[in-house]
This record gives sequence, C-alpha cells and structure tokens, in this order.
Amino acid sequence: MNKIEPKADVVIIGGGVNGCSLAYQLAKKGKKVVLVEKSYLCSGATGRCGAGIRQQWSTKENAELAIKSVKIFEGLEKELGQDIGLRQGGYLIAVHDKKDMMQAQKNVKMQKSLGLDVSVLTPDEIVKIVPILDIKGMKAIGATFCPTDGHVDPFKTTHAYAKAAQKNGAKLYKFTSVTDIKTNNKRILSVITDKGEIKTNILINAAGAWSKKIAEIVGVKLPNKPFRKEILVTERVKPIFKAMVISFKDGIYFSQQDEGQILGGIPIPNEKSGYLTVPTFDFLYHMSKTLTRYAPNLKHVNVIRQWTGYYDVTPDARPIIGEIDKIKGFIQCNGFSGHGFMLSPMVTKLLTDYIVEGKSPDILESLNLRRFKGKKIVKEVSVVG
Amino acid sequence: MSDKTFICRCEDLTIDEIEQAIDEGYTTLEELKCRLRLGMGPCQGRGCLSLARRVLCEKTDKSTNEILVPTSRPPEVPVSLGTLASDEK
Repeated sequence: MNKIEPKADVVIIGGGVNGCSLAYQLAKKGKKVVLVEKSYLCSGATGRCGAGIRQQWSTKENAELAIKSVKIFEGLEKELGQDIGLRQGGYLIAVHDKKDMMQAQKNVKMQKSLGLDVSVLTPDEIVKIVPILDIKGMKAIGATFCPTDGHVDPFKTTHAYAKAAQKNGAKLYKFTSVTDIKTNNKRILSVITDKGEIKTNILINAAGAWSKKIAEIVGVKLPNKPFRKEILVTERVKPIFKAMVISFKDGIYFSQQDEGQILGGIPIPNEKSGYLTVPTFDFLYHMSKTLTRYAPNLKHVNVIRQWTGYYDVTPDARPIIGEIDKIKGFIQCNGFSGHGFMLSPMVTKLLTDYIVEGKSPDILESLNLRRFKGKKIVKEVSVVG
Repeated sequence: MSDKTFICRCEDLTIDEIEQAIDEGYTTLEELKCRLRLGMGPCQGRGCLSLARRVLCEKTDKSTNEILVPTSRPPEVPVSLGTLASDEK
C-alpha cells in the first residue's frame, strides 16, 4: 500500500533550504508539490553551513544572484510570518597584497555597477569595524566591506519555508528515500521511494552532495564532486564584533553569532573529494592557528564543538540550475559549491518562474548543465572554506 | 515536575518547550537540537540528551533504543584556541 501521496505536479528530492523554498513557492503558485527527504529537514549542507549571506562576488552572475537573494531575505520574515534570524553586520574581506588589491578593486567596481553599497577599507578602517583584528598578524594591506552582507539562521529559514509550504498544500515526507526513477521516451514518469511510488512529470534534484547519485539513476552525469568541509564553534562570549571576516588567500571565515559563540571554517591542506564525515584534528589545528593569528585575543576562548558537512562542488564553483536537455522534466538545483544557502532565494525564484510560467532568462540559461559542454567556463574565484 | 523543570541547562530549555516542539513535529533528537539548540552548549548534551530522550519516548510512544542519540562531536572537553594552535608537544 502507498504510504505516500501517489501523484504530484512536482516532486522535490531534498529537504534543505533550496528544496523547502521551492516547495513553498511552487505550492503558493498552485502546484501540487511533494518533497521527499532521506533524513530530517536541514540534515545536510543547509544545517551545517556557516550561515553567511554575501554579495561580494567576482563573477557578475553570482553577484547579481546574491544581491537579489539578500533583497528577498530582507522581506522573508514578513512574507513567511516567521523569524528567520536575519542580521546584517557586513562581510569584511581581507586583502593581503597588490595582486589581491587589483582583483578586489575590479570586484568592487563591478559590484558597485550593480548598485551594491561596497567599499575598499584602509587598515585603520578595518580595526574600527572589527576591533579584535590584528592587522600585522593577518597580514592585511586593506579590505573590502559591504554593510548589507550578514547572516541568516538556516534552521529557522528552512523550517519557516517548510511550514509555509505545508500551509499552501505541499506534502513533505522526511525519513523517505528515493530508490528509483521511472522515465519513458526521455520524460520523467514517476519517482519510487521506500514509502511508495509518486507519479509526476517534473522532478527537482535538490539533494546537495547526493545529487550526483540521484542523477546517475536516470543516466545523467553531473560534474559535481563532494568535498568534506569543517567548522568549529566556541563557547559564548560577550558581543565583540558584528561582521563576518573572510580571506580568499587563507580560505578562512569567522564571525560571532547572535548567542555569542564564534564560528568559523577553513579548508585543510590537500583535502580530497569523497563522502567523508569524520572531523579532523588537522582542521582544529589549522583553524586555531589562523584564527589566533587574525585575532590573538581569542586564544583564551574555548572551542566546544567541530563538525563536518559537504560542499557540492562544480568545475566553475557555480550551481547547476535548470532542466536537463536529455530528459524532459528532470530539473537540477544543486552544485552550489558552498554557497547554496545564500543564493537560495533567487535561484529558487528563477526555477519557480521557469516551472510555472516557462520563463528562461539569460541568468538561468547561464547556470544550465550544458555550459560545461566544450565551452570555456568562467570560474568564480571568490570562494572560502 | 513543573512545566518550568529544566532539561537543558546550558541553553535554558524547559520540559514545556521540548514537549511543545515535539507536538510541532520535531520528533527526533537531531531535530530538537536544530529547533531549540538542545545540547549545543558547553556540556555538549551530557546532561540533557538522555533526559530529552525520555521525554521523546513518553510523547511518541517509543522505546529508548528506537531513538537515536545525535553524533557526538569533538573535542571531548572544551579546549582553548590558544592550546589548539600551540606547537608545543
């Protein structure tokens, strides 16, 4: 017997922020939506991420997606009628040498052309914004700063989307795994789960690091690779700084959360792709070393926890969004390469408009899987963690 | 036991708040952790997780071994950033 809704307009695989946002938007537009999640909501990258929202990118497409996403985040609390934990304390991006500075100035110029409030800071201005930073220790010659960057709570946001989706009629099934996908004549027919079969013509693959495995079921090869990423968090201390501090050169990012804990991550040297979940001492050492170099006063603060999650990384560090040419109705929403949470509002809006109204603007086209076929790709270089 | 009985002392969570979250559909310890920060304080869930598990058992009519305990995360005890960053052996 079917323990699951037997038929839907759209089935979404993955109960992270992107899946739940899609479920909400599509249900609101009148689509009959079923979402399946193999574990609990936010159990993957969404619930493990650094929670930052950043608009300072090197590619115009990413900057545009991020700027529009922040606009949506700013209005989301009102739209969903629930707290999403938005706070905009800015992102401060350290600049370490002349070459760095040239790229930073180029980025700022492009970002300003899109209407973003962003500026280049002197070392003196850096410590005014984040007083605990040691300019010499962090080896900075300057920084860029955008005051409307910040944080959003991934749990609150995803749960708010999920509740709003259910209010609009979407059915969400947690602890439900996809076992097979049926196609006919290069068209999606149904999804088989461990709780039964769901007939649908549209299937969205928002399974994060597991998206590659979902696509393999129907013979679609995604270039995504899972990379283990780690974060540590300290005990709570009194409020010291509001901005997220990051460096592309050192790969570090850290910030102080609402409750007072300091949270951050850094890549460990020579990390290889794979489904690894064990936290490493290498990370603890590397992160503590770099963090206390940036902010020596933090050396007395205790680390209480570290954990891991996946970046679902594509060759150009940009997500794969849109319908697959080979199979009608098979839609990708993955490969976020570490930026899935912050880009989710705009990406899911683009996909909703595509599914409901057939709209396919240039920005959506530029994120389609077909961009990897033979053409030269423009890599996003502003990546941390 | 009053509704002001504390289950998680690090994050100030009462039995009332935990029962309310279970009623809202957060029916695993991992979900309660995400929703309420249960067990995310300095003690890392040493005191509260087993208590919360008992509340879950009673509310959802399950036995203790049907309810999984969240992955325990290193470090075992709080360690300062300075100690972790030290090169002394």
